[in-house]
Amino acid sequence: MSKVKTPRFHISKRGIIPRRQTWLIRGAAIVLALILCAIITTMMTGLNPVKVYTTIFEGNFSTSRRIWVLMQNIAILLAISLAMAPAYKMRFWNIGGEGQVLVGCLATAACMIVIGDKVPNAVLIIIMLIAAVAAGAVWAFIPAFFKAKFNTNETLFTLMMNYVGLQLVAYYVIVWEVPKGSGKIGIINQATQAGWLPQIGSYKYLLNILVVAVITVLMYIYMNYTKQGYEIAVVGESENTARYVGINVGKVIMRTLILSGAICGLTGFLLVAGTNHTVTTTLAGGRGFTAVMVAWMGKFNPVAMIFASFLIAFLEQGASEISTMYSLNQSFSDILTGIIIFFIIGSEFFINYKLNFNKTGEKEAQ
Amino acid sequence: MFDLVSFIPRAVSQSIPLLFGSTGETITEKSGNLNLGIPGIMYVGAMSGVIGAFFYEQACKNSGSSLNTFIAILIPLVCSIIGSALMGLLYCFLTVTLRANQNVTGLAMTTFGVGFGNFFGGSLIKLTGSDVPSIALSATSACFSRTLPGAKSTGAFGKLILSYGFLAYAAIIIAFIAAYILKSTRVGLHLRAVGENPATADAAGINVTKYKYVSTIIGSMIAGLGGLYYVMDYTSGVWSNDGFGDRGWLAIALVIFTIWRPNISVFASILFGGLYILYLYIPTGTNLAIKEIYKMLPYIVTIIVLIIISIRNKKENQPPASLGLPYFREDR
Amino acid sequence: MEQSGRGHKARREETDGRGRLHTEGQQAVFSAAFPYAMKHFRRITVRCNTRKGGDRLDTKTAAVKMVNVTKVFGSIVANDKVSLEIRRGEILSLLGENGSGKTTLMNMLSGIYFPDGGQIYIDGREVVIRSPKDAFDLGIGMIHQHFKLVDVMTATENIVLGIEEKGKLDLKAAAERISAICKQYGFELDPNQKVYDMSVSQKQTTEIIKVLYRNADILILDEPTAVLTPQETEKLFAVLRNMRNDGKAIIIITHKLHEVEEISDRVAILRKGQFIGMLTTAESNAQEMTNMMVGRQVELNIERPEPVDPKPKIEVKGLTVRSEDGILKLDDVSFTVNSGEIFGIAGISGCGQKELLEAIAGLQKAEKGSIAFVNDDGSREELLGMDPLSIEKKGVALSFVPEDRLGMGLVGGMDLPDNMMLRSFRRGKSVFTDRKFPRGVAENVVQELQVVTPGLSTPVRRLSGGNVQKVLVGREIASAPAVLLTAYAVRGLDINSSYMIYNLLNEQKKNGVAVVYVGEDLDVLLELSDRIMVLCGGKVNGIVDGRTATKNEVGLMMTQLRGEDADE
Repeated sequence: MSKVKTPRFHISKRGIIPRRQTWLIRGAAIVLALILCAIITTMMTGLNPVKVYTTIFEGNFSTSRRIWVLMQNIAILLAISLAMAPAYKMRFWNIGGEGQVLVGCLATAACMIVIGDKVPNAVLIIIMLIAAVAAGAVWAFIPAFFKAKFNTNETLFTLMMNYVGLQLVAYYVIVWEVPKGSGKIGIINQATQAGWLPQIGSYKYLLNILVVAVITVLMYIYMNYTKQGYEIAVVGESENTARYVGINVGKVIMRTLILSGAICGLTGFLLVAGTNHTVTTTLAGGRGFTAVMVAWMGKFNPVAMIFASFLIAFLEQGASEISTMYSLNQSFSDILTGIIIFFIIGSEFFINYKLNFNKTGEKEAQ
Repeated sequence: MFDLVSFIPRAVSQSIPLLFGSTGETITEKSGNLNLGIPGIMYVGAMSGVIGAFFYEQACKNSGSSLNTFIAILIPLVCSIIGSALMGLLYCFLTVTLRANQNVTGLAMTTFGVGFGNFFGGSLIKLTGSDVPSIALSATSACFSRTLPGAKSTGAFGKLILSYGFLAYAAIIIAFIAAYILKSTRVGLHLRAVGENPATADAAGINVTKYKYVSTIIGSMIAGLGGLYYVMDYTSGVWSNDGFGDRGWLAIALVIFTIWRPNISVFASILFGGLYILYLYIPTGTNLAIKEIYKMLPYIVTIIVLIIISIRNKKENQPPASLGLPYFREDR
Repeated sequence: MEQSGRGHKARREETDGRGRLHTEGQQAVFSAAFPYAMKHFRRITVRCNTRKGGDRLDTKTAAVKMVNVTKVFGSIVANDKVSLEIRRGEILSLLGENGSGKTTLMNMLSGIYFPDGGQIYIDGREVVIRSPKDAFDLGIGMIHQHFKLVDVMTATENIVLGIEEKGKLDLKAAAERISAICKQYGFELDPNQKVYDMSVSQKQTTEIIKVLYRNADILILDEPTAVLTPQETEKLFAVLRNMRNDGKAIIIITHKLHEVEEISDRVAILRKGQFIGMLTTAESNAQEMTNMMVGRQVELNIERPEPVDPKPKIEVKGLTVRSEDGILKLDDVSFTVNSGEIFGIAGISGCGQKELLEAIAGLQKAEKGSIAFVNDDGSREELLGMDPLSIEKKGVALSFVPEDRLGMGLVGGMDLPDNMMLRSFRRGKSVFTDRKFPRGVAENVVQELQVVTPGLSTPVRRLSGGNVQKVLVGREIASAPAVLLTAYAVRGLDINSSYMIYNLLNEQKKNGVAVVYVGEDLDVLLELSDRIMVLCGGKVNGIVDGRTATKNEVGLMMTQLRGEDADE
């Protein structure tokens, strides 16, 4: 026989595979990632792997306060992810969530500082809300406008806008710093609590969580059942087709990004008015970027995104608990998050493709 | 009076990490890979070098011997290159072999890389038992930042041209070599074809996967050197967490600003470096806040360039046509 | 090696019949179709015959031998145990309906796809072709239907792309060699021209030179004439014959029977991924080939009912369109389309057909002129300057089947109902979409047009070309149009699907719809259309009656601009 070498395997596209199986593959990837994370943690801390996860679990659920913090983190991350989802569905690579949230924060804080004592609280909150939403929307609209008019690369544009926004916040932090020279604003309207969102009962985070829950439902309906949502899907799949059926692509891009930015701005409003009552350059804390990964992991489906943001927030809080207990650096959670996302990203391959092994007569059981 | 002689060397040393980063990213992007993990890779490059240098310094301290200049440079250099090459390999494995989305992978790499840098930075700080949240590798740094002979004795000329560590000159040489390879060699031609139209390159018998892997890994290694330069030369061997800041993103901005040309990047990076520290040289009086506005300049300038090239729409000045897109031969 | 032994006894026909290309009868048919090609044809025939006495190449061993080659995409078997031989010094036509697996089979030879099963032998030696590079190394070069060129690079850069040579990249020397090749074969090409500045035929020239530059001796051409003018086709065939005479093995993928008869020595026929048979061209005829290709006798007549009560529907006057780079695409075009007729538009590809239809559909800006839609009561709506949405809002029922089906007419990633919704989603004042209605439309289309699909929720991208077109045409007809524009409605479709489309168009015509049919196959245009407008270089070169015009007449009008009396 000939001694010709055949490649050991080659890759081909899968047909349609059942939904359940896709989630099984993703689940397996997460489990593998968690195992690897446990191994790494054990190497760093000497903990046994079971203990690692008990610690992570405890970090999230051991006290009701921790549970609330977890919920709040999920809510904020989910809110930004929801803002990203329609843009990404349209294949508009908005990685400017960070900047859009920050300018929302800044606008909220600005209202609190400048007109905090001049108008009734209810009016103030409405003005803050409008300002934050408008600021976020403008921040996203600028790159969208140039994308629509001149096809300017939006990935790079939105990325740059993050830093313009960040420096703008840095500027105002110094302008409004209290006390002078401290380099931070501190709690705004500590005494009057003007512009602070009301608490529901004794639950500090409940209002934020409820607002985000409402946004999630609305976004789900918007993307799946409305004409605008359908237009977004068509533009995302094929701009030519969209033009052909009379969809004004530029208009849809701008409209969607205004929505995307507005939700980011709203999230900024929740962060400042609802919980932090101050603004710093790190208030968004990289969640603008993490949200991109969440939206993508959830396949731009708001329901799946709830789980994705839960996973990320859960791990971050758990890793931070490990860090505190074993006086490791807080950045430990970033490493774990990175690993989990690598696995989930990688697992998509096994959903879309299959490996065919070329052993004679053998076929991979699919 | 604006002090050019003191401004330019500072702008240059500020520019070197950006130049490394943008050269690396340009090479990567020419293969069609938009590696948004560059900021993370630069952290990993820096930290790997720091780890290598740290243990070598510790070893020397324990044995009481003095630092060998050659080894003191070699160890961090090799560690840094290996660290960033592994990151590039990871990026390629995910995006090329597993065809994952490039933007998401890149962002995850940045999260991971920055976390890696800060985490091990923090751990090493703990190991040294130091009170300050930083590591000082002054001995290694002295080797890295050794200037060319005559830097001190030739006045302004020496200060402007000769006063940098070897990595700074390496950055410039690498940028010019990269520009030459991209423009005038067969490998460059093939690489550009892969980034413009991988299906065409593939049909022409070019191994698209290999080109993507090699260019991305080499690009990562070069970018990682930017991190190494920053910690070993620019900050004189002092690692502090998050100290590297957003230079990685600025390097990506620089790629756009130079319209994917590393030779232009040599000068543009100095411009960016200058803009980055301009606030130090502009008298602002008591208005400290305005400095933050000056820091916006590089980003705003990049946005303007991005807008202009898209409006002019000249074919040669566009990003590589398949930038950000996965390639799978059996797609149909 | 023992494999090479197998090749010997494989085929017994040919050798003596090969030199002669055509029987007398076929020559007559051919000369009617391509009068201008006749001069060359005789010369070449003579040359072929002279080779008979000369040195014979080894024709016993096949240059390429494929044995039981199989390729599966998802659940579709694109090639099912295909076995095939190509010899040196012959031109082999690979004939088959669309979706019969011709291109897939050849892509495995050129390293684009990897077979799921079977063996490939080159010169009797078993080989594995993992990549196009492997293919090049074996001397296999493929000219793809869709050009594989890098837009921002020059012709030279594109041609030397992928060649691994020692030493410096010397583009000047390469350009000189390219010029030499051009001279040798009579191509016209500026080696330093950027691809984005090139015309379609210049791009193809670049592609062919790319293969010649590599000294490939097994050439595969995937529907090379689809984008060429008759003169260019003639030139190409002359070159191919020269190469055949040099002992190269040449494979042409095509649907066009007259080309098969004109150029090839043997014909391999594929049907639904299976190898059906091998014919010696000279001993076969169009009818036999068609039968093998489609599997049973096909009615070749296209129905053409008389137009009932034709009234002007679309009046185009003085329409002038420039492309974005300022090239004149349509120059003072005027014509009228009536209700109840099929208005054919003929022309070499790229003569303004696309711009014309897109201008009517509101997708193309015009420099000047007017496009009026005439309502039943005689009132007019000016369409020029409106976008598709405002046209729709004016109540003008315009349907458009564009050339690019998945890229423009449909959304590949969406399922059938969602694609049907493209036309209907705006209905009603609600902000929500109505999903019931498009679902009903999808069910109807699937049933009435016999769309083969695993289910309604299958993304249309996964359907075959013919079924995709059925979905598109079905949707466009479902909205009960007054005007139906179609661009290359049967391009790439097999004969059965094509006839189904002809019938659908005729039905629309009977319903009083003004149908515009842009086509490339003159025979079909002449049998289907009531009137035919011929475009030449963006100008109207005349409008002829489809019942009386001859193929010669229309063919000539496509290539040569008439005098001042062009507009009727």
